[in-house]
Amino acid sequence: MEWFQTWSADFCDTFTRCFIKDNRYMLLLDGIGVTIRVSLVAVLIGIAIGLLIALCNLSSNKLLKVIGGIYTDVIRGTPSVTQLMIIYFVIFASVNLSKWIIAAIAFGINSGAYVSEIIRAGILSVDKGQTEAGRSLGLSASQTMTRIVIPQAVKNIFPALCNEFIVLIKETAIVGYVGLMDIQKAGDFIKSATFEAFMPLIGTAIIYYVLIKILTLVLSRIESRLRASEVR
Amino acid sequence: MIKVKNLHKQFGDLKVLNGINEHIEAGEVVVVIGPSGSGKSTFLRCLNLLEDVTEGEIYVDDEMINAPSVNVNLIRQKMGMVFQHFNLFPHLSIMDNITLAPVLLKKMTKEEAVKKGQELLTTVGLLDKADAYPAQLSGGQKQRVAIARALAMNPEIMLFDEPTSALDPEMVGEVLDVMKDLAKSGMTMVIVTHEMGFAREVASRVLFMDQGQILESGTPDEVFNHPKNERTQSFLSKVL
Repeated sequence: MEWFQTWSADFCDTFTRCFIKDNRYMLLLDGIGVTIRVSLVAVLIGIAIGLLIALCNLSSNKLLKVIGGIYTDVIRGTPSVTQLMIIYFVIFASVNLSKWIIAAIAFGINSGAYVSEIIRAGILSVDKGQTEAGRSLGLSASQTMTRIVIPQAVKNIFPALCNEFIVLIKETAIVGYVGLMDIQKAGDFIKSATFEAFMPLIGTAIIYYVLIKILTLVLSRIESRLRASEVR
Repeated sequence: MIKVKNLHKQFGDLKVLNGINEHIEAGEVVVVIGPSGSGKSTFLRCLNLLEDVTEGEIYVDDEMINAPSVNVNLIRQKMGMVFQHFNLFPHLSIMDNITLAPVLLKKMTKEEAVKKGQELLTTVGLLDKADAYPAQLSGGQKQRVAIARALAMNPEIMLFDEPTSALDPEMVGEVLDVMKDLAKSGMTMVIVTHEMGFAREVASRVLFMDQGQILESGTPDEVFNHPKNERTQSFLSKVL
């Protein structure tokens, strides 16, 4: 059992150096705050932009269609790190906004392109007869969309949207590129400060995993509630 | 009430309607029959502009409804439409299905709409289903609700696009009964159907369509018992 004692003593020592000494756990806690703030605001911006672009893509107006098409095309065709850096160092270079807000805007813009495809597919999944029934009663196109089509599309969209939210959280691990201290960057910082790789990186992974696990549980509960209203 | 002049409709290269001229008076019950692909449904859908018209003019109450300046939504409020596949709104209760449009379009207050909804559900015999959801109803019940929903807007004209074609045979009768009552009440109706017995009994006029044209028009007796057109004769010999 000697090896176990040495190993556990080693483990405790490394653990203390990585997370306890110099209050390093605070770095990670602050990092969690940054990750959550950026993801949450980004997902809201993403849904807003996504809905807008989806409606552009679905509209019969040629100009709107082209705008929507270019948007999705450009965002999907370039890496999110590049987008983040362009938005941070070029577009918002001279704007006085908190770093994390700019990052959230960048991820929102990125996510919007993917969300727009999810929403578009969700809207198309609603039977055309529903639109016709709404219009035949005299409702306008936008009334039909908001009162009849979108409420039905939400249930179809929700699972894919949850997935996009999870992808987005993990995507934010690149905000270190613009100098934000999120979970990933905090782990990386501890790694450089302690010359330990295993402990900080595995710690980082576990934190992300737990965050996403909690989110998944919450979202699947919401989803089952949405489904429940379907059967009745 | 409805005047159609030289109506053409094309889907790409496919000519579906080839010059329809028709005049429907208030209070008429016009039943449109014909082989599938003859353009009956397209004709009906053009009447409330669910299809845009390629060429020709449609007048409702002497207003040309396919003019670009016309508010389509106001025109459609005058015309109720009943679809083959019911198209009830599955996320709304039966009562909300009925009251949605009148309330949203400010034709009635919520209370008035609910009262009207209760009356309509009573006429179609489904008052006890007011709080149910469409998924809980049978096909025949759904179609009766769809009729009530269209009537809630107090339309002047009711259009029926094969209202019984998606129903199990034993449910056809209940829907046709509702339509018969409606016809007796003096509603102007245009009905596309394959129910020849119903056409014979209820129609004030029968139209026979084939290849995008109206080939024969007359009372049920004239069309069913003494068809003049050769294609009407051959169609009827197959379906009667």
